[in-house]
Amino acid sequence: MQVKTNILNLPTEEFVHSGTRACAGCGLAIAYRVGLKAFGKDTILIVPPSCLTVLQGLFPIASTKLPCLNVTFASTAAAATGILAALKVNRKEHIRVAAWAGDGGTSDIGLQALSGAAERGDHFVYLCYDNEGYMNTGVQRSGTTPLGAITANTPFKGKLQPKKDVAAIMAAHKLSYVAACSAAYPLDLYDKIRRCMDLPGVKYLHIHVPCPPGWGYDPRYGIKIGRLAVETGYYDLHEIINGEFRLTAASEKLLEKRKLVPVREYFRAQSRFKLLTDAQIEEIQKHIDAKWEGYYKKED
Amino acid sequence: MHVIENGNVAAALGVKLCRAGVIAAYPITPQTPVTEKLSEYVESGELQAQYIPVESEHSALAVCIAASSAGARVFTATSANGLLYKHEQVQWAAGARLPIVMAVVNRAVGAPWNVWNDQQDSISQRDTGWIQIYCADHQQILDSVIKAYWLAEKASLPIMVCYDGYILSHTYMPFDLPEQEKVDAFLPPYRPDYALDPDQPANLNTVTLPDVRMDVRGELAHGYMEIRCLLHEDMRKFLQTVAEAEERFSRIFGRSENPYLEPYRCDDADHIAVGLGSITYQLRVCVDALRSEGVKVGVMGVRLYRPFPDRAIAEALKGKKRVMVFEKALSYGYEGALYSDLKSALYEHLAGTGSLPAVQNFIAGIGGRDIRTQELTDALRFAAQGHTAPEPVWIGLKL
Amino acid sequence: MGTRNYRRKTSHSEPGAGDGGRTGSWRVERPVLNPELCIPCKRNKEACFICWLFCPEVVISRTIPPQIDLTYCKGCGICAEECPTKAITMMDEALFSAKAKE
Repeated sequence: MQVKTNILNLPTEEFVHSGTRACAGCGLAIAYRVGLKAFGKDTILIVPPSCLTVLQGLFPIASTKLPCLNVTFASTAAAATGILAALKVNRKEHIRVAAWAGDGGTSDIGLQALSGAAERGDHFVYLCYDNEGYMNTGVQRSGTTPLGAITANTPFKGKLQPKKDVAAIMAAHKLSYVAACSAAYPLDLYDKIRRCMDLPGVKYLHIHVPCPPGWGYDPRYGIKIGRLAVETGYYDLHEIINGEFRLTAASEKLLEKRKLVPVREYFRAQSRFKLLTDAQIEEIQKHIDAKWEGYYKKED
Repeated sequence: MHVIENGNVAAALGVKLCRAGVIAAYPITPQTPVTEKLSEYVESGELQAQYIPVESEHSALAVCIAASSAGARVFTATSANGLLYKHEQVQWAAGARLPIVMAVVNRAVGAPWNVWNDQQDSISQRDTGWIQIYCADHQQILDSVIKAYWLAEKASLPIMVCYDGYILSHTYMPFDLPEQEKVDAFLPPYRPDYALDPDQPANLNTVTLPDVRMDVRGELAHGYMEIRCLLHEDMRKFLQTVAEAEERFSRIFGRSENPYLEPYRCDDADHIAVGLGSITYQLRVCVDALRSEGVKVGVMGVRLYRPFPDRAIAEALKGKKRVMVFEKALSYGYEGALYSDLKSALYEHLAGTGSLPAVQNFIAGIGGRDIRTQELTDALRFAAQGHTAPEPVWIGLKL
Repeated sequence: MGTRNYRRKTSHSEPGAGDGGRTGSWRVERPVLNPELCIPCKRNKEACFICWLFCPEVVISRTIPPQIDLTYCKGCGICAEECPTKAITMMDEALFSAKAKE
C-alpha cells in the first residue's frame, strides 16, 4: 500500500528562502523546494557546479536552510561518500546525505564517481535534475539533451545523438532503488524520496525539470510542458526496485487510459525543437507507441 | 621502539598513530603499499577508520575534502599522474582551508609514462597553497606525518609530505616508532572550527564574488581576493607555527630538528650544495670525498619547501662563495624550481650587502635516471672550482 | 574599513532571503488573486493550495487567502496557469507603477 501524499498533508516547513537567482519559473526550484521537504532538517546536501549552485546563492548568503557542501564538477558522488564516512566516524549516522546534481554533472562529467559510489554501496540519495543541457553555462548540449534539440553548441542542426538513459545505467548497478520523477509532479517526487531514503546503498532519482530559457517557452507553461512530457508517453515516471520496473503516478494511469497525447504537442510547445521535421516527429511517435505497446502487453 | 621498515610503511605507521578516521585509497606506483598497509590496519581493527576504495584519484581527494568538511581527520597518498589528476582538488582543498594530510611518493610525470623517481609531481603543485615538507629518511617520513596533522589542524592548511619513490618508499631503514600514548599527547582529536551540521546550517565554498559583500548578520564579508590573501598570509605565518610544532614535538618525543633546513658540514664551508629529499644524503658522500681533497664544501637539505623559508635560507647561505642547487624537477622553459626560489630569496635578503653567493643549477635523476655519486662529486668539484653555466647542467644526460 | 576581522576565512554562507536582491524587480507581470474564485477562500477552509505548491520562489503563503510576497515574486505566471479556477490573473506590472504615481 503506497503512501500518496497530497497538497494538504505535504509538510509546510520550507527549506529554501525566497529571492534566489534562479530564473523566473525555474523547474528545478520547484523540484528542489518540494524535494527538501521530503528530506527534512537532518540532511547534508552536496552540490556541484550547476543551476543549483546559483539558486543556492553566492557567498555570504545561502538560500538553503540546510548544510551544504559545494564541490568540483566531477566529484559529487565521491563527496557524498566522504560526508558519510565522516558521519560514521563521528557517530552521526542519523543525518542523511543528499546529492543534487544536474544532468551534465551526472550523465557526463559526474558519471564515473556516481558509478563508483553505487558499486561501493554508500548510503545516500543521488538526485539528478535533468533540464536536458548545461543550462547554467548558457544552454550547451549534454548527454541527456534529446535528439534534435537546438542548444548553444548544436545551433543549426540540433543534437544529432539520442538522449542518454541514465536511470537505466544506474539500474544496471543493481541499486535498491532507481526512479524517474518530474518537477511537474512534485508530490510524486516527494513520495519517492520518502519511500527510498532509508534503503541501503545509493538511491538514484532522475528528475525531469523544465527550463524556460533552455527549452524555449513562456515560463508560465513550465508545469504544463512537464506534464506533456509524461502524458505523451515520452518521459515515463517509474521505479526500479531490486530490478523490477514499474510505471508510477501519472504514467501508471496511462496504462489504464490507453491513450497518449500526440508527442508533437510536446515538441511544438518548445522552440528548441523547431528543427524537428514532421517526419522525425513521426519516427519518434512510432518509437513511443512501440514502447507503450510493450508496457500494455506486460500489464495484460 | 626501533623498527626496520620501508618508507611507505613508515608513512602508514604515522597515519595509524595519528588515528586518521577516513582514508581514501587508490592505487598508483610507488605509493600503493601505503594504502595496502593501511587496509591491513583497518581490517585487523588496529586502526578504527573508514577505508574508502575510491574509483579515481580525483575522487580520493574529493572524499578527503568532504570528510574533512564534516569533521573527520583524513588521509590519502598519491604519486605522479595520480597527483596531477587530482590537481583541481588540490587547489580546492587549499582554498577551502582543510587540514588534509597527503603523502606524495615522488615519481616522474607522463608523458611519456615513467614509474621511477623524480620530484616533478609535487614541485608542479608548489603554487597551490599546500604546505610542502620533503623527507630524506624514514624517521623524517614518520615524524613529518605526525607533525603534519598537528600543524594542518592548527593552521587550517593542507600538507603534502613528500618522499622519493623507490629510493625511500621501497628501501628499508631503522627508525624509532613512538608509543601511541605519546602521539595522543602530541596530537589531540580533531576539533574543527566548523563541521557541516544541520544545527548550524551553512553553505561551504559556493560562488564568491570579486568584491566584498554584506552578510545576513549585516557584517561585511570577504571577497574572493581577501580569502585568497588570507591563505597566503597564513602560509607565511606557518613559518613560525612550524617552530612551535618542533618545540612541542621535542617536549613529548625527546628529539627535534630544524624544521626548515638540514645542514651537513655547512658552518665552515665555502660552497654549499642544496637539494630536496634523499639526494641530499647522497650528496653527503660527495661532500666527505671533496673535503678529503681539501675542498670546503657542505650540503643543505631544504625540509620545508612551501611556505618557502626564504629568510632561513638566505641566513644559511650568506657570505658563501658558491651555492649549487641539485634538483629532480624543473619549471620547463626556464630552470629548476628550487633554484629560482633560492635565487629569489638570496637576492631579496642579500642584494647589495656584498654577501651574495654565486649560484649554479644542476638537474639530476629525471625519470629515475641513476644518480651516480661520482658524477655528483665531479659536478660539485667543477662548480667549486668556479666553472659555471648559464643554463641548468643536466647530470648523467646521454643526449 | 576592510574585512580583516571577519569571523571566517573561507567561503561560508549562512541562510538568508534575497540572495538575488529584490527579485520582485524582475517582474513584467504580477499575479493578482481574486478571492471570489479562489477555492480555499470560497470554502473558508484548507483546500486546493495548488498555487502554494507550484511557486518556484516560495512567495505564496499557504493561507486563506493565499498571499503573494511581491518583494520577491518574479512574475513567472505558473500560479496563474495552474490555478484550477483561474483565480489568479497575470497583470502588466506597469499598471501598478502607474497607479502608484497617481
